[in-house]
Amino acid sequence: MRNLFALLWKNQFFVLFILLEIVSLVLLSRSYSYHSAIAHTTTSDISGNLFSTYSGITDYLYLKKENDLLSEENAILKNSLTSSFLLTDTNYIYSDSLFRFIPVKIVSNSVSKRNNFMMVNKGRKHGIEKEMGVVSPKGIAGIVIGVSENYSTIMSMLHQNMRISARIKNNGQLVNVIWDNDNYLFGSVIDIPSHIKLFPGDTIITSGNSLIFPEGIIIGTIESHNQNNNKSLSRAVLRYITDFNSVKHVYIIDNLIKIEQDSLLKQIVNENE
Amino acid sequence: MNSPLGRNIIRFIILILVQVLVLNNMNLGGYMNPYIYILFILLLPANTNRSLLLIIAFFTGLTVDFFAHTLGLHAAASVFIAYLRPGTIRLFFRNYEFASGEEPGPASIGIGGFFRYTIVLVFMHQLLLFYLEGLSFNHFFVTLYRVILSTILSTFIILVAMLLFGKRKKK
Repeated sequence: MRNLFALLWKNQFFVLFILLEIVSLVLLSRSYSYHSAIAHTTTSDISGNLFSTYSGITDYLYLKKENDLLSEENAILKNSLTSSFLLTDTNYIYSDSLFRFIPVKIVSNSVSKRNNFMMVNKGRKHGIEKEMGVVSPKGIAGIVIGVSENYSTIMSMLHQNMRISARIKNNGQLVNVIWDNDNYLFGSVIDIPSHIKLFPGDTIITSGNSLIFPEGIIIGTIESHNQNNNKSLSRAVLRYITDFNSVKHVYIIDNLIKIEQDSLLKQIVNENE
Repeated sequence: MNSPLGRNIIRFIILILVQVLVLNNMNLGGYMNPYIYILFILLLPANTNRSLLLIIAFFTGLTVDFFAHTLGLHAAASVFIAYLRPGTIRLFFRNYEFASGEEPGPASIGIGGFFRYTIVLVFMHQLLLFYLEGLSFNHFFVTLYRVILSTILSTFIILVAMLLFGKRKKK
């Protein structure tokens, strides 16, 4: 035993190297699965404060573009106001709202890594929780994976563990959207049934099957479809509608009936057991 | 602040800030991520205790990870080059006697020597970093392409930083 310690001490440089690499890899492996990323993140007010101070300075450079984008969105919102409809219009139905949109500002963002994250300037204090969906003014953006008091971390669509349940808009077929390449403009649509032929420009929307995103949020449009006759499921290239490199403001979606949906799901699971 | 400790602490803070605020937000063609914080590990005094070198590198990497949401990734790559550093210095500068506390910078080993030393260690750093980041060999050649481009860019940025802010070679 003493010899073993003596040997380890003699080779302390190598032993320490192996030890530190193991610690790093254990930490790293935890951040690789979606669920442990949820359980264990580096979201903190320290990094949040640093990033928001910095973006407070650089944001002035993008004011004009942001203004254009926001006024464009305002126009869409005004069009959906009650006053924009004839009161005799029976097609317009007033319903209880199912989702609340929390506007947030991105303070840090990346698009060129294999796994990309955003950090935004609101957190637990503002009602944000883990596993809430995130949308940009145009379409889907990501999922909240970490929350601190004043900041939250978002797993962007550009993450290799991202998998979104989606639908082809014109025929309602269920597919999945993943990101498995290096280009932030494009994602992949997988699990397309063999009898479906997609054309460039076809829209892919969220399916509403998960509790995270409401149905019908645009994910992107089809760029090209490689139909393989031998396989029952084919895949296509998707162009994201959100420009992840320039996005500055996003909305976090608070699903107001999530508790009810959750308890319903639990009930089903319990009955099956 | 002329003591080696003070100088290294200031260098650490500046390089980490430049890394997480500026370079981490850069997107050049979607392929290249320049990493300047490696310079901190490269410039630690040549006679630093080897085990201490590993520990310093580990915490340097961890700090970058903390801001990039990749806990462990940069730590692993930094520890790796800290492990290779003493051997690399011995290989390239066998004939050079480092004074106590002297840094292996252009001022002591010359710009050519520093270039060789930097490009080798930066390459090893990026190699481990990019393959660990993808955690697969699925995109083997795309990743290799990124490694090479990033190495060139990081080395270039490190050399420019040294030429602008480093000490001149003693005449």
